[in-house]
Amino acid sequence: MKRLSIRLLLLAAAMLIATTAFATAPVEETGGSDEVSFSWWALSGGGGSPNPRETMRQAIIADFEADNPGVTVELQMWENEAFKQKVQIDVQAGNPPDLFHSWGGGVMVEYAQAGGLRDITDTVENVLSQTIGMGPLGVYGNAGHYYGAPYDMGAVGMWYNKDIFDEVGVSVPQTWPQLLDVVEQIGNAGYVPIALGGGDRWPAHFWWTYLATRIGGQPAFNAAYSGAGSFADQPFVEAGEALLDLLALNPFQEGYLGATYDDEAALVGDGVAAMELMGQWAPAVQQADSASGNGIGDSLGWFAFPSVPGGAGSRGDVMGGGNGYVVGANAPDAAVDFLVYFLQPKYAPAIIEAEGIVPVVSNVDWDFDANALAIMDAVANADYYQLYYDQFLPPAVGEAVKDAVVALLAGQATPEECAQMLQDAWEMEQ
Amino acid sequence: MIGSANLRRSYQIRKALLVVALVAPALVLFTAFVVVPVIQAAYYSFFDWNGLGPLVDFQGFHNFARAFGHDVFRTAIWNNVKIVALSLLLQLPTAFLFSLLIGRKKFFGSLLFRSFYFLPYVLAEIVVGIVWRFIYNPQRGLPTFFVQLFTGTQDQIGVLGDVNLAFWAIFAVIYWKYIGLHMIIYIAGLQGVPQELEDAAAIDGASKARIVFSVIIPSMWSAIVMSVFLCVIGSFNVFDVVWAMGQGGPVHSTETLVTYLYNFGFRRFAFGYGSAVAIVIFLICVVFNYFYQRFVVSSDIT
Repeated sequence: MKRLSIRLLLLAAAMLIATTAFATAPVEETGGSDEVSFSWWALSGGGGSPNPRETMRQAIIADFEADNPGVTVELQMWENEAFKQKVQIDVQAGNPPDLFHSWGGGVMVEYAQAGGLRDITDTVENVLSQTIGMGPLGVYGNAGHYYGAPYDMGAVGMWYNKDIFDEVGVSVPQTWPQLLDVVEQIGNAGYVPIALGGGDRWPAHFWWTYLATRIGGQPAFNAAYSGAGSFADQPFVEAGEALLDLLALNPFQEGYLGATYDDEAALVGDGVAAMELMGQWAPAVQQADSASGNGIGDSLGWFAFPSVPGGAGSRGDVMGGGNGYVVGANAPDAAVDFLVYFLQPKYAPAIIEAEGIVPVVSNVDWDFDANALAIMDAVANADYYQLYYDQFLPPAVGEAVKDAVVALLAGQATPEECAQMLQDAWEMEQ
Repeated sequence: MIGSANLRRSYQIRKALLVVALVAPALVLFTAFVVVPVIQAAYYSFFDWNGLGPLVDFQGFHNFARAFGHDVFRTAIWNNVKIVALSLLLQLPTAFLFSLLIGRKKFFGSLLFRSFYFLPYVLAEIVVGIVWRFIYNPQRGLPTFFVQLFTGTQDQIGVLGDVNLAFWAIFAVIYWKYIGLHMIIYIAGLQGVPQELEDAAAIDGASKARIVFSVIIPSMWSAIVMSVFLCVIGSFNVFDVVWAMGQGGPVHSTETLVTYLYNFGFRRFAFGYGSAVAIVIFLICVVFNYFYQRFVVSSDIT
């Protein structure tokens, strides 16, 4: 038996070693000769099927494949949070998708620094800059290198139900105290003043970030970012205090700390909630998530986040962001060609229709509604344009700011602690 | 004589080869998907690594110290302990009771009951989480319905948004989901209880309760042992249900070890730290397994 077990052991050991070698060997990608295919990951944005975003993209793919025989585009639609997690895993595994959604900023920079993205500076500077301004393009670049381009760059603002406002007898607030007053009156009338997807955390962080932008302005953010100041400075603490003032009025729907963004959009789309602080894509998502499928139609209005009296920021400052695509490190040239193809002004109307974006390309043939015009106006005239913190800052800091704001709302952190949490996370990344 | 010795050796070689060939597939899979990742995780846990690029920032045991010093981590461990304790105290006895009621004599509908109780276990965890999330919807869900029914007001209740209630809401789902599994295990175990022993005890005048505790439970000890083991290990690894119903929120009140690993490891691009947490989970399970095998499984109380 001794001989038997020794042999067993040796063979088992050999098996283990063989498996280990097999497990760490990279998987070879088999490429075709003339046939090129690449993957394209886009966001589905909630709602059911057929998904208008998918339909629109498939139509553009059909055109591209007709113009470029031998090229196949494999489109995959993703839900927001699932996408963030999956793309992280794939970039980490060294196998990024060829063309995928990105909000630019710190997360994109991390991917680029790790070699997960393809440098397309040439294409951006020579081709895309003909139709897209360098401002929006800059969001998808870092230190002179560009990795993708936006198709949408807008602003986060207050979407409101005009019918509810009329019924309650309030008008659009210009200042923060006026907003608090409006919230109180709407609450007394029996509507949910503000819908908030606190469970997803990022809708909540919009409120704090905007308050910080209004109170501290660009100087405060730049100081904190450069290290001359700190995210625990007075403006950021005051942002928390102002948010608590709002919270004291019971403005959000029941159970908001567990609600998702889709829950929030549904409340507005169903006419239950009067306001939501959200980006330019809000109407499309409200429609998709509403029970009727149409949202509140013409009753939907938009106003810029109110100013805070005594704040260093101005009402013209914009916090927002957009949507765009970056190119993966292993992507074929066809993927870059497709990106340029997608960004042609002639397709902008279809994208606007499907997603409610604010296009970055010029010369778009579209009859924009009043809300879209207001947003485009705000973006064009903004002296200070701030990409949302959870995308602009490195991922760990983005997570921390979201956690800190929710902790503040749940009463588990004071305004000082909330700001300090952000500063601590920021210091750890330096 | 020499010929027969050779024959015996070649027979032994063939037998060894056969054993290895039969074990090989499982061994290969086990090595590739369990052993290798655990060793890699142990290696990564000593580094500060964002998951992209090479491992250069050696930290020693710093990641482990950070974990145990983090209040959210302690909350996660405590939540796991609570789930284990509550499952052992509530879920298993309920499953046992069900098995006694419907697992022995076949009465009209007993098979139907068995199927109903087992059905939640059949559903995928993530599906269960999402469906219960709808059930718990503050505006349109079941808890709000009952609150409005009993108070006559239009009050709503958001259990998943309440820092104090969310854990219990999620535990209720875990309780509901796994009762069937344990019930089926106990029903199987009950088949092994010798009827003569029960009859003898009844004749001797033992009460029903006495029969259960002194005859039935000892006779199905191995089934109970297995069910407790699955319950504890499963409780430490619970993820899908918790994740679908709030991702460990609100404000980390429902974090478990695995959701903590995901939130603070993956999401923050801190894979060294995440690996350290993974190693902690692994060690907890290994230690529990060792003591359980040594002191419980090998004991025989029949």
